[in-house]
Amino acid sequence: MDKERYELNKNLAQMLKGGVIMDVTNAEQAQIAEKAGAVAVMALERVPADIRKQGGVARMSDPKIIKEIKRAVSIPVMAKARIGHFVEAQILEALGIDYIDESEVLTPADEMYHINKWDFKIPFVCGARNLGEALRRIGEGASMIRTKGEAGTGNVVEAVRHMRTVMDEIRKLQNMPKEELMSAAKEMQAPYDLVVYVAEHGRLPVVNFAAGGVATPADAALMMQLGADGVFVGSGIFKSADPAKRAEAIVKAVTYYNDPKVLAEVSEDLGEAMPGLEISQIEAAQRMAERGW
Amino acid sequence: MLRIGILGLQGSVIEHTVMLKRLEDVKPVQVKTADDLDVIDGLILPGGESTTIGRLITDYKLKDRIIERARAGMPVWGTCAGMILLAKHIINDDNVHLGLMNIHVRRNAYGSQLDSFKTVMLIPAVAEYPIPLVFIRAPYVEKADDGVEVLAELDGKIIAVRQGHLLATSFHPELTDDLSFHRYFADIVAKSTV
Repeated sequence: MDKERYELNKNLAQMLKGGVIMDVTNAEQAQIAEKAGAVAVMALERVPADIRKQGGVARMSDPKIIKEIKRAVSIPVMAKARIGHFVEAQILEALGIDYIDESEVLTPADEMYHINKWDFKIPFVCGARNLGEALRRIGEGASMIRTKGEAGTGNVVEAVRHMRTVMDEIRKLQNMPKEELMSAAKEMQAPYDLVVYVAEHGRLPVVNFAAGGVATPADAALMMQLGADGVFVGSGIFKSADPAKRAEAIVKAVTYYNDPKVLAEVSEDLGEAMPGLEISQIEAAQRMAERGW
Repeated sequence: MLRIGILGLQGSVIEHTVMLKRLEDVKPVQVKTADDLDVIDGLILPGGESTTIGRLITDYKLKDRIIERARAGMPVWGTCAGMILLAKHIINDDNVHLGLMNIHVRRNAYGSQLDSFKTVMLIPAVAEYPIPLVFIRAPYVEKADDGVEVLAELDGKIIAVRQGHLLATSFHPELTDDLSFHRYFADIVAKSTV
């Protein structure tokens, strides 16, 4: 990926801003998502809630499913590769999708190293719990960042924690005198030039979405008011009682996140949300946010 | 002071806002409701996803008001997704959104993100020097009907068109530093308010 290609990849993420990216497991769901107003779909074999329930090793989806989904919609198609699994990423690039999510939702393939994303032409989005982690992923070539949250729980608390942490750390950098930035980079284990960029601009150099545990229109609007550029919804839509209606409501909530009247309107009569999980009741080994570094 | 609106539902809203702020005598206004449309002199439809924006302008009653004001002479400029919204015909999609321009548009005409690209081109109507053009999963115009002036073609594909006070580009001037297209549109708006 040369510099121009990297810019184009950041640019696509910019076009997704203010939108909702939805997890889908087949062509029919992809069409429901597109019709509801999703800006992109994430092609998956199992949504995170099922991965959590069924256990085992979660891998990249079958290319057949990804191709079917790609054929079914006109909006961008994303798919997940395991952390560090650069061959899964090579396969996804060969399929000609629009974005790869190097995702902690799948079982990591490498406990030490993430994918060197500069080796690819295709763009990558990566999860982060804090600013240092976000900047490390950007340093490796990610052209979009999202919070990790805790996927498949229907519990937004971790996504809130991660978004607040990133925003708080950005504000701190902005207020630092220049001579303190190298120490800040050392402490947060992030590339110095990216730390300087954030200090100067007051934001990440790439688009930053919220993800992990968003289940309602109010959750989505909350993440937007906390500073997210857009929202990923995983299990929250197709694990709810009325996916089409909830998908549409979340799209509207992300656009009108600052308008409580619209939020009240779209939150009405959506049927049952996905069942939620208390984070403290998840065993440490099952906490996806702690995968990767 | 010209008030130029940017349809602020989804997509490259901030990017257009930043560009307009750099122009003298232009005040950018974010448009999210039908009422917001009453206070602007021109409107930019930003890049983003046309299916998403098309759905929202219908559900939130912006669509008819945009059509009404554009028919009464308000200049409108669509970039990428905005071009699709303006088209009367979308070749590979059953939807028609605003249907204001006599153009036949092909969506994702270049392919997936791997086919997105940047180039530089001289567009005499717009600038005296070559300007950067950024295409992100871009559409192009396959056929321009009566009353449509072709401003630019790339490899035989129409990528910029004007129909009186209506303007559409396959590419994203808001993703570059070059102000030529924003200045060109502001000029159309200025002339329409005289």
